[in-house]
Amino acid sequence: MSKLIVENLSRVFPGVHGGAAVTALQPTSLSVGDNDFVTILGPSGCGKSTLLRMIAGLDRPTSGTITLDGRKITGPGPDRGMVFQSYTLFPWLTISENIAFGLTEKGMNPMEARDIVAAYIDRVGLKGFENHYPKQLSGGMQQRTAIARALANDPAVLLLDEPFGALDNQTRALMQELLLGIWEREKKTVLFVTHDIEEAIFIASRCLVMSARPGRIKADIAIDLPYPRHYTLKTSPEFSSLKARLTEEIRAEAVLAAAH
Amino acid sequence: MRPLEPISQPARLWLGVSFFVVFFAGWALATLGGYVPKIFLADPITMVEDGWRLLTKFGFGLDIAITIWRVVGGFVLAVIVAVPLGILMGAYKPIEAFFEPFVSFARYLPASAFVPLLILWAGLGETQKLLVIFLGSVFQIVLMVAVVVGNTRRDLVEAAYTLGSGDRSVVRRVLIPMNAPEIAEILRLVLGWAWTYVIVAELIGSSAGIGHMIIDSQALMATGQIIFGIIVIGVIGLVSDFLFKLVNRRLFPWRLA
Repeated sequence: MSKLIVENLSRVFPGVHGGAAVTALQPTSLSVGDNDFVTILGPSGCGKSTLLRMIAGLDRPTSGTITLDGRKITGPGPDRGMVFQSYTLFPWLTISENIAFGLTEKGMNPMEARDIVAAYIDRVGLKGFENHYPKQLSGGMQQRTAIARALANDPAVLLLDEPFGALDNQTRALMQELLLGIWEREKKTVLFVTHDIEEAIFIASRCLVMSARPGRIKADIAIDLPYPRHYTLKTSPEFSSLKARLTEEIRAEAVLAAAH
Repeated sequence: MRPLEPISQPARLWLGVSFFVVFFAGWALATLGGYVPKIFLADPITMVEDGWRLLTKFGFGLDIAITIWRVVGGFVLAVIVAVPLGILMGAYKPIEAFFEPFVSFARYLPASAFVPLLILWAGLGETQKLLVIFLGSVFQIVLMVAVVVGNTRRDLVEAAYTLGSGDRSVVRRVLIPMNAPEIAEILRLVLGWAWTYVIVAELIGSSAGIGHMIIDSQALMATGQIIFGIIVIGVIGLVSDFLFKLVNRRLFPWRLA
């Protein structure tokens, strides 16, 4: 059964100062199965973030509906955890307090919350940093905390909007493995927006390629690589052929996007 | 010297103190050297003597206490009204649209020009003094707090929503704690301005306070006392500023982390 159903979802941004309206997303339909790890790959400005933000409830669709577990989405909620590209940890809270933010919001008693927070601190490898402030942590550590903060809430879907976009290559690779490890163990439905082809293949069970603006889903490709995945997978022939195929798909769009 | 190059802490302290020394030396030279007549400007030594006499024989300590009480009293009243209103205006745009034009207008009304009116309404008592400080501070605080809260990083607010926060929770758990240090900084700034209003309030129709002493001294041509009064205000300002910074540092350790 599908967990998340997107039907004819579109978004048109009205023109600024009398300018022409911009279609960020053409009517798009999409169905995501339970525990799928879906990456949404596209050039910048293709509406992939807009799609994700509408699923999160942070942006209103111009038309269409989104249904999660049979319920229509009308606004943001704790059933859809989100990790942003920018560092969005609350700077006045410690790492532990950040992870507990959603649990406090639910009214969970502090003892119970503490156990959950400790478990996630451990899972994202931040033991010893519980009482640090976000500013004292590196970008990679901050994004790990952001992932822990979203997962601690036990959302039905985890949405990630280019979460590793601001990180250096080595850190990014490690973060991919960490996220993949968590997903392999916990099984979650994940939507992950990226413009990095390798990333889109390595972590996903399914990859959606988006066209240049106005955005639409151009290709829907199953990534049938075996789990658990190891970083050496990136040098395998299967990986390379997928990469070649996606590169071809995305290149045409990037050329179009650059011409705009 | 190179642009923006930092200097060491001892060097900073030494340079800061040395200007005070230069300033007093220049003043001493001008007055004790006989370049400026005594009737216009007392020399530093006379100033210290006058100040000592004020404190020991004329109960100037009480005047200082009264002035401090007026500033703090009027300022606290302004904070109680202005900070919540400013937060609401920053958070909720309709509330901002309702109050902002009036507050922006009221901000330019000079508090000192209200002194005659306030005397008419509230008499010469403490209420009138507190009202001058209140009027001088309240609109400034409202506007500055509203701007700071209104400029809260949108992505932090969005993150809170995706973690299950409701609208009120966003105000309580994100907008307020995020902007608390900035608000404290605004209060520190406006408290400095409140000191200028209190003296104006005390110059007219007052029977106690630093401003009252200054006006009395003018009648006696006692420039040493006037300067002493002004310096006392400066020192109190410096001390309150320092205390504010100290408290802020204690309250918001995450800013320094």
